Order: sequence, then structure tokens, then C-alpha cells
Amino acid sequence: MKRKIPVLITFVVGSVLILSVFFPPIETWGEDFSIFFDIIAVFAFFLGGGNLLRIHTKKAIKRQKDWGFSIVTVLGFIIMLIAGLFKVWNDGGIAGDVAAPGSLFQMMYNWIFTPLGATMYALLAFFVASASYRAFRAKNVGATILLVASFIILLGRTPLGTYVTGWIPKSLSIFNIPDLAIWIMTAPNLAGQRAIMIGIALGVVSMSLRLILGVERTYLGVDNE
Amino acid sequence: MSNLGLIISLLIIGAGLLWLLIRSLQGKEVERRIIFLFIGLAVSVPLLFNITFSEKATPIVKALYDKIDNLPEGSNILLSFDYGPTMAPEVQPMSDVLIRHVLAKNHHLFLMGLWATGQSLGAEAVDRIIKGDFPEKIDGIDFVNIGYKAGNQGVLNVIVTDFRKLYATDVGGRDLDSLPIFNGIKSLKDMDLLISVGGGFPGVKEWVQFAGDPGNVPTGGGSAAVSAPLLYPYYPRQMLGLMGGIKGAAEYESEFKRHYERFKDMPEPGVKMMGPQTLAHLVIMAFIVIGNLSYFFGKKGKQS
Repeated sequence: MKRKIPVLITFVVGSVLILSVFFPPIETWGEDFSIFFDIIAVFAFFLGGGNLLRIHTKKAIKRQKDWGFSIVTVLGFIIMLIAGLFKVWNDGGIAGDVAAPGSLFQMMYNWIFTPLGATMYALLAFFVASASYRAFRAKNVGATILLVASFIILLGRTPLGTYVTGWIPKSLSIFNIPDLAIWIMTAPNLAGQRAIMIGIALGVVSMSLRLILGVERTYLGVDNE
Repeated sequence: MSNLGLIISLLIIGAGLLWLLIRSLQGKEVERRIIFLFIGLAVSVPLLFNITFSEKATPIVKALYDKIDNLPEGSNILLSFDYGPTMAPEVQPMSDVLIRHVLAKNHHLFLMGLWATGQSLGAEAVDRIIKGDFPEKIDGIDFVNIGYKAGNQGVLNVIVTDFRKLYATDVGGRDLDSLPIFNGIKSLKDMDLLISVGGGFPGVKEWVQFAGDPGNVPTGGGSAAVSAPLLYPYYPRQMLGLMGGIKGAAEYESEFKRHYERFKDMPEPGVKMMGPQTLAHLVIMAFIVIGNLSYFFGKKGKQS
């Protein structure tokens, strides 16, 4: 029973969502099921929050490696949660916008969360540079093509591309680096992306059918039959 | 004085790269920390000395600009904040300039987010841009922020046929039916343009697949540079235009400033960040060359 009911729910929901696209009389069923999904998605926050607290509290109590970071995580989570739930310093009161300017939540968001997040993302530039140095090596024909394409894109995504090849006459504009960069994006890149998308779509169709028909059951924590 | 500082900084970077180039000819590899140091310099020097370049909108950016510019006054445009603070430095300039453009054309602006972190960024944009540059615009009449709902593309699946099934109020707790801007608006199909700014999941792709296409509503977007190549298959039939990375934002800002005299002094974070991007790209290219030289010369040294 523990397995049959989830499989049955998956079958009904999956079938209705597909059929509602093709049969207008049951179109609203699809919408209703989407609303159910949106409601269930909210509970994922409870699960996520609970899990975060459980893992990091345990780590801090047992003084496992980097337990200090766990205390910061738990404190950050609790303070943000209180500021958001009780709308601390919010002009609109408890019914106001959680992100109202001047509220504690929005201040912490703007002055702590945003700079920290932006700093993490900014580190990407350093790692990309280091990875480019190590990875883009003309070891064979394929790697050389990738290297040349990366040079064109890197230059084409800056105004320097225009300065370097801006003098090229319009009849030969394909050799203008920004135009060449656009061509790489809209021709070879596009072809590759489409192939990947078609592949993924076919995979999604086949996996969805396996789920709907109950062939794929690993999401229930059991092996397929 | 600042020009002198700039020249000295560029000379230091150039001399450093030349020194690394000579070392690479001897087959020596460059340490990771040295690469980090050069990237740090390449990013900070243009910011310190305010190096900017003029930008011209490429067709994919111009298409989005033209769409907003050519819609009749009072059109309904929805802007979704589908990102968080991590991505904000790259994509926030896109949201900023889009908000300015939409309101300068006297369109109705609907703000929302498929990312929980997007709601705060939307509120911040309202506070900074709308209240700062458009004090005459009234919340609920000219613009509205309906905020975030959990459910990713499931949210789009519902609001493509009926907003009110998911959104009863705006972020301030006001009933949607009490807001004049929502008069005659039932679903996303009543919008004249949908724009998603983001770079992850859910983002522009989901807006095209679950809102633009099924609702037959023109859709455009702004995306972080890393995810922009994934969106090209949708251009131009399903996605009318796209700002890709900071360059896309800079192009849009330049185009907007060229045509709107009133905003000639507006901040241009996109254009400003093109300086660091340009120099960083050059340094990365130099390191690729250095890496290849040290690879080939190092291999030759080992063989001999």
C-alpha cells in the first residue's frame, strides 16, 4: 500500500496534466493540479528549513569540523526568519510587504545577504581565469577550434572587438569580430544547443512515461521492478 | 592625474604579463595565485580610473528595446525578477534600465518574481528607481509589485489563465481587484509583453515555454552571460530579444540614453562594468596564450 498509493497519485496527476493540454474540457483540472503543486511547494520550505536546522545544530553541538560556520548559519536563519515572520520595523505592520523598505528583513537583505552573495559570484571571474589558463590548450584539432572560438567570443563581448576590426568593409563584415562572435552564437552554438535540447526533451518524455506508468520507482526510495 | 595612474597601472599589468610570457617560453607554469592577482588588478583598475567604452546595441538587444519603445502608451508590461543577490551585479542593471524605459514610455509595469529572493530585489528597485526617478507614478495605477509565489513554472501554468487563482493581493496586501492597474487584466494573456530577468531555473526559458508560447504573448529577457547561449534557440520566434550578460545591459543602457535626453545623467552600471570586463577578458586571453606557450615549450624541454 505504501508503494501503490504514491504510484497511483503519480499516474493520475501525470495523466491529467498531459490530457488537459489536449482536451479543453479538462483544461481547468491541469490548472487545479498546478495549484496543488504550488501549495505543496510551500511545504518544501518547512522541510528545507527544518533540515538545515537539524544538520547544523547537530554539527555545532558535536563540535564537528567547521562547527563555527554552522552557528553562523543557524543564527542567520533564525534572525532572518524572525525579522520576516514578525515584520520587524515594518511600516505596514504585520500585513505589510515583507520586503518593505526600512524593515529589518529588507535591511539585512540589502546590507548583508546581497553583498555576501555578490562576493561569492564575483569569485567566479578568478576561477574562470585560472581554469582557462589550464584548460584551453591546443592539444589537438578539436581543442584548437575551441580555443579560437573562445578568443573570438572573449574579444567579441568587449568593445575592443569593434576597435580592432571596425575598419573592415561592410561586404566582409563576417570577419568583423563582434559579428563573428554573434555568428558563433547563432550558428554553431545554436545547432549544438538545439541538439542538446532535443536530446533532453526525448529523455524527459521517456522518463515521464516511466514515472507515470510506475516503471520508474526510485523516487519512492525503492529499486525498480 | 587619474590618466597617469591609469597608464602606470596598465604598464604594471602589461609588464607583469610580459614577465610571465618570458617565463612561459622557458616552459614554466604560472601559479594560480598570480593569475588571481592579475584578474584582481584587471577588474579594479578600470573601476578606480573609471574607464568606459561606448556601446552600440546588437540586433538581439535592439529587438527588445524597439518592442518596448514601439508599444502604444499604456501597454501592460510584466517584469519578473528571477534571480537573487548572487546574480544581481550582473543582471540588476538590466532590470533598472527596463523599469526606466517602461515607465518613461508611460506603460503599465507589473513586477513579480519566480525566485523567493526576487521579491526583495523588486521592492528595492521600486524604492530606488521608481520613487527616485518617477515620483509622479502611483503604486497600483502605474505600477504594481505582486511579489513571489512558490511553484516555479507551476505558477506560470496557473497565471497564464488566471492571476487571481494564485495572487489574491499585491505585496502590500491590497486586493488585486481594488487596484486600477488590474482593471481588465485577468491573466498573462492580457499582457503586451513579458520580460524575465535572471539566469537560472526558473528563468527566461520557463517564461517562454509556460507563458509566452501557450499564451501567445511576446516574451523577452535578460540573462547572465553564462546562461545566455542556452537561450539562443528561442530567438527570434519565441523570444523576441535578449540582453546577454553585462554587455547586453550596457548596450541597452547606451541605446536608452541616446534616445531619452531626460536620463542622460542616469547611472550606467552596465556601461561602467564593461571596463573591468574588457580588461579581464584581455588578461584571460593573455593567460591562455601564456598557458599554451608554457605547455608547448615545457613539452619540448621534457622531450630534449
